[in-house]
Amino acid sequence: MSTTVFAPWDDPNAKPLIRFKNVTKRFGEFVAIDDLTQDIYEREFFALLGPSGCGKTTMMRMLAGFESVSEGTIELAGQDIANVPPNQRAVNMMFQSYALFPHLSVYDNIAFGLKRDKMPKDKIDARVSEMLKLTRLEKFARRKPHQISGGQRQRVALARSLAKGPKLLLLDEPLGALDKKLRQDTQFELMDIQETTGTTFVIVTHDQEEAMTVASRVAVMDEGRIIQVATPSGIYETPNSVYVADFIGDVNIISGTAQAAKKGQYYVDWGVNQAPILATSERPFSEGQECHLAIRPEKISITKEKPEEAENAVEGKVLDIAYLGNLSTYHVELPGGQIIKAQTANTRRLSRRDITWEDSVWIRWNATAGVLLAE
Amino acid sequence: MKRLSIFNVTSLTLGFTFLYLPMVLLVIYSFNESKLVTVWAGFSTKWYGELLRDEAFLSAAWITLEVAIISSTFATILGTMAAYVLVNSGRFFGRTLFSGMIYAPLVMPEVITGLSLLLLFIGIGLDRGVLTIVLAHTTFSMCFVSVVVSSRLVSFDRSLEEAALDLGCNRFDAFRLVTLPIIAPAVISGWLLAFTLSLDDLVIASFVSGPSSTTLPIKIWSAVRLGVSPEINALSTLMIGIVTVGVISASLVSKRNSVRAQRDAQAAERGA
Repeated sequence: MSTTVFAPWDDPNAKPLIRFKNVTKRFGEFVAIDDLTQDIYEREFFALLGPSGCGKTTMMRMLAGFESVSEGTIELAGQDIANVPPNQRAVNMMFQSYALFPHLSVYDNIAFGLKRDKMPKDKIDARVSEMLKLTRLEKFARRKPHQISGGQRQRVALARSLAKGPKLLLLDEPLGALDKKLRQDTQFELMDIQETTGTTFVIVTHDQEEAMTVASRVAVMDEGRIIQVATPSGIYETPNSVYVADFIGDVNIISGTAQAAKKGQYYVDWGVNQAPILATSERPFSEGQECHLAIRPEKISITKEKPEEAENAVEGKVLDIAYLGNLSTYHVELPGGQIIKAQTANTRRLSRRDITWEDSVWIRWNATAGVLLAE
Repeated sequence: MKRLSIFNVTSLTLGFTFLYLPMVLLVIYSFNESKLVTVWAGFSTKWYGELLRDEAFLSAAWITLEVAIISSTFATILGTMAAYVLVNSGRFFGRTLFSGMIYAPLVMPEVITGLSLLLLFIGIGLDRGVLTIVLAHTTFSMCFVSVVVSSRLVSFDRSLEEAALDLGCNRFDAFRLVTLPIIAPAVISGWLLAFTLSLDDLVIASFVSGPSSTTLPIKIWSAVRLGVSPEINALSTLMIGIVTVGVISASLVSKRNSVRAQRDAQAAERGA
């Protein structure tokens, strides 16, 4: 039995649930969203990731109907939603502050949207119980929001926004107010709930780890534009620019000029008196073109002896060691003054570590370890 | 318990004497047997009985109450609407001017407010009576309501209203079902403020009241001009009593609420 991979964005026949078509949003002179075009598909868990002020929240508020579009159109299930007020959109939002109604009980908070739809009482009861069960809040139905903990409030907010069974659920920094441990547990809970309900989720976050964990696709944004949209592994392994590589996780950037080697491989001239680096690239580079090699620290290994038969090996000096428990990151200074981070798993006990400060070491990596970027 | 120094005791005594001595005297003399206000002739409650039999005072009290309830209700509705618009509509042309104009009547001398209203009522040919007092009191007390309510609205989390819209409310329902219940304490204190302002207003009422619509403060004022009678003392004591009970119960209620909220928050943290 084979499981089909969920990837509607690769299917040319798939119809997107949401279409941003050349959307621009201005606040006075300030351009918050700049000519943005993007499709989001049904059942996706789509993350908008970027630093504050990159326009991710504006995009979400336009979907919810709290902001109008200056230019372009947004379609939801094939229908232009420009003139649909927020209360008539099949879209619900979970607010960053949760925005629970303090004067209503947990039950009434969840039932709020259903009552607006004039649903009969027994159906409301059934739906609210279902939501309480989904978010494991049965015991707290009669409590007021200030009588429950932060994590429980977060679940009430989620239950309330899911109660009406929206086509699309927007989550604005949903886990920002929780502490780290609770946040990690809740991430998996969110994924479970998304899968159970089959709702399309769009999440806004500035936490890249969170985006990578929960999302089916991640859009990295900067200054009102989407820089790259890809699956978490795609974003991490094959970023399309130094900005994305640098924004997601830790990365070493080695800048130089490209020279063709074999087919699909290039030499990067990066320093005086240094052997050029061999790197694979699917994108073509012209002779002498400026390029940047991005390599993740965990793809660089570190040894005391000069490795034999390495595609790329450089000697350097250990400047700093960051011990993280499971991992150690070595900061290695190369002769040119550049610092390269190399990460190793601490599979042996710390007392048996043979590399220490000021040691002369060799770092090595394969030609396929990094990504060669033009900008 | 910390012992108070002599300096603190002295300033406390002086301060409270200054504030309350006149009222204490008033209360004591309301129980005076003698008709003369300044001569003590033994304890008696007969002036309270006299008061309850005095038709003129009773009708004035009734008119005052009627005016206060109606005008403070209208002032609360108008003042809340004004505050809501000014706080929520963001920047628009002339916003500073409008909010300034809402607050200007607070510092306007009452004589001027009263006079201008009188001129208006004469101008449009409105006979002076209960209606004109209600209109005048609504006019000047809605500014106070607006100040109280807008100070609450400033700290109101707008995303609560957005959440209501998101869940299917129209603007009016969002206000009625979410905003209003949350700001209700401020609206109620605005109403109480307007109520007390109307209750003890003398200046404006004396401009706009007619012969058939004397309010209690006007009645007291004109009675005192003919000489202070112990009956007035009794009436004032009753008013002090009512106000004291109101203030104490209001503060007890809010104290109990805050204690409960604190206890709930602690319980939630423990249960987390």
